[in-house]
Amino acid sequence: MDLQTMTYLVVGASFALYIGIAFWARASTTGEFYVAGKGIHPVSNGMATAADWMSAASFISMAGLIAFNGYGASVFLMGWTGGYVLLAMLLAPYLRKFGKFTVPEFIGDRYYSRTARIVAVICLILASVTYVIGQMKGIGVAFSRFLETDYDTGLFIGMGIVFIYAVMGGMKGITYTQIAQYCVLIFAYTVPAIFISMNITGVPLPQLGLGANMADGSMTMLDKLDLVVTDLGFKEYTTQVLGSQLNMFAYTLSLMIGTAGLPHVIIRFFTVPKVRDARASAGWALVFIAILYTTAPAVGAMARLNLMETIQTGPVGEVTANLAYEDRPQWFKNWETTGLLQFEDKNGDGRIQYYNDKNEEFAERAAAYGWQGNEMVKVDRDIMVLANPEIANLPNWVIALVVAGGLAAALSTAAGLLLAIASSISHDLLKGVFAPNISEKNELMAGRIAMAGAIALAGYFGLHPPDFAAGTVAIAFGLAASSIFPALMMGIFNKRANRAGAIWGMISGIGVTMLYVFQHKGIMFIPGTEFLGSMEPNWFLGISPNAFGAVGAIVNFAVAITVSKLTAPPPEHIQHLVEDIRVPSGAGAATGH
Amino acid sequence: MSDRASYWKANIRLVSICLVIWFIVSFGLGILFVEQMNAFSLGGYKLGFWFAQQGSIYTFVALIFFYAWRMNKLDRQYNVHEG
Repeated sequence: MDLQTMTYLVVGASFALYIGIAFWARASTTGEFYVAGKGIHPVSNGMATAADWMSAASFISMAGLIAFNGYGASVFLMGWTGGYVLLAMLLAPYLRKFGKFTVPEFIGDRYYSRTARIVAVICLILASVTYVIGQMKGIGVAFSRFLETDYDTGLFIGMGIVFIYAVMGGMKGITYTQIAQYCVLIFAYTVPAIFISMNITGVPLPQLGLGANMADGSMTMLDKLDLVVTDLGFKEYTTQVLGSQLNMFAYTLSLMIGTAGLPHVIIRFFTVPKVRDARASAGWALVFIAILYTTAPAVGAMARLNLMETIQTGPVGEVTANLAYEDRPQWFKNWETTGLLQFEDKNGDGRIQYYNDKNEEFAERAAAYGWQGNEMVKVDRDIMVLANPEIANLPNWVIALVVAGGLAAALSTAAGLLLAIASSISHDLLKGVFAPNISEKNELMAGRIAMAGAIALAGYFGLHPPDFAAGTVAIAFGLAASSIFPALMMGIFNKRANRAGAIWGMISGIGVTMLYVFQHKGIMFIPGTEFLGSMEPNWFLGISPNAFGAVGAIVNFAVAITVSKLTAPPPEHIQHLVEDIRVPSGAGAATGH
Repeated sequence: MSDRASYWKANIRLVSICLVIWFIVSFGLGILFVEQMNAFSLGGYKLGFWFAQQGSIYTFVALIFFYAWRMNKLDRQYNVHEG
């Protein structure tokens, strides 16, 4: 069977499964719509959270970033896992004890203020919509490449699928669908990784293969990779930093805090039966996430090695050691047609030279070989995971599976975020503030309309994507880190934090972050700056816009603490509320009414 | 001191210990002291590189389960567990 038919078949079957589950488990009450009636076991909840969490950025983008940034890309690995430690210890059990449906609801009650609740809703929507735009882009790219449609059509198909199961299913449908999606995506990610690790090192487990010897026993895989890349003037793989040490520090911190501040992840911990389950759930979620996150470094490193050795087949400088353009493998041709991989025969020798022509010392040596610049002029990082099985000559069903996995990752995250957006509009704004007497049926309807609206908005931005998927996603984390997380954490750990402190903290935190992002990326992300591009001298202390959420969070904490000190302490009953949240006993089922 | 207050104090102590470890394995060994750590190796990994791309993640998982286990014990010890 050819690849195209196989892809249709595998993707179609997985979608039929998701839609079937969503239909079977569709929500009938608001409680089920938002939190699945609290009947979800911690392990199942952990698996669904993992699918919810791992988006196109994790599945499609991250290993490619690792391949080209080596050690520097560790910020994504540590940042997108370390946040769960903060979540488990600082937020999840207490928010579960509080027992309401949404994050703004907690902020509104804890800071005894409708204004605080509305500010939280706005911050939450800004972060979530930014995140969904990134997912929509990933969905559009994956569909258009493998279903051989143009990008716009791919995007519309994706929007339709997201609409059907997110809008019909609600949280109960989403939870079960996401369990299925986790299984599909983790299988799709690890199978090619195991094959490739076997090929290169003879060790099946990618986590061990990355630290193992080459199959020929000559040296370790990482030493070999360091040698191969430095031979062509690139930075040493295992030590190259992303910007600077400070930038890496801020980047990691921003992603960690953002993880613990993103509403679609926090909301998962409202769905477990007990406080103790909330603690364990975070652990299980991280177990399922870690399976992919510890595999990704091997996928990235081995893809880089395969790519380098495909082009540079022998000693650097020998004429015949460079791949002749005519002999390039099929996957080069496939990706060239998408425009995401481009060659330019600068010295007209009919062979491909791929090296770092920005390294002056090496460029001089290259000139002596008759090389006139790097000829692989474009290699989009986002193609590496999708191309990986083709690079390693794996069977067609594996390639089809990777497509299905990438779509599962993007769709599940988009659905979870849309639910968070829907609940904040229908539950927090309508029921909580503007129309307290709204009937349950109408609230549910408003939630579905809000979802449809958010899909349309994200789709619109997805048609004119502001950045790579991962760049947009990192900004979404910065926004969440600088607004939601500090307000939640102080609400639990600082009894003195009051209404004015929380409101001004959130506004100044997200304000500083957005100003900085817009300053360097253009208002509403009008393009011009590159994700992971060269260092800009005008960056504040060399911190990139994608990493600036860490600074925003610090500003938020500082403003909130100062303002709280200068204004009246919270009323007596709020202090009792905080004391009550801090102990697990007496936790009932969540109520929103 | 009341039960609740000492429960909270014990909780803060536990969380502080866990977060110190969380900070050391990621920001410490993986970023700030990565060069010093890279002088050592673990299998075919440079140790600092290993912490940044593998070790920190394993530690995070272990930390959360350790925390959950200790907290469940504290809940019962101070009699604040759920019914």
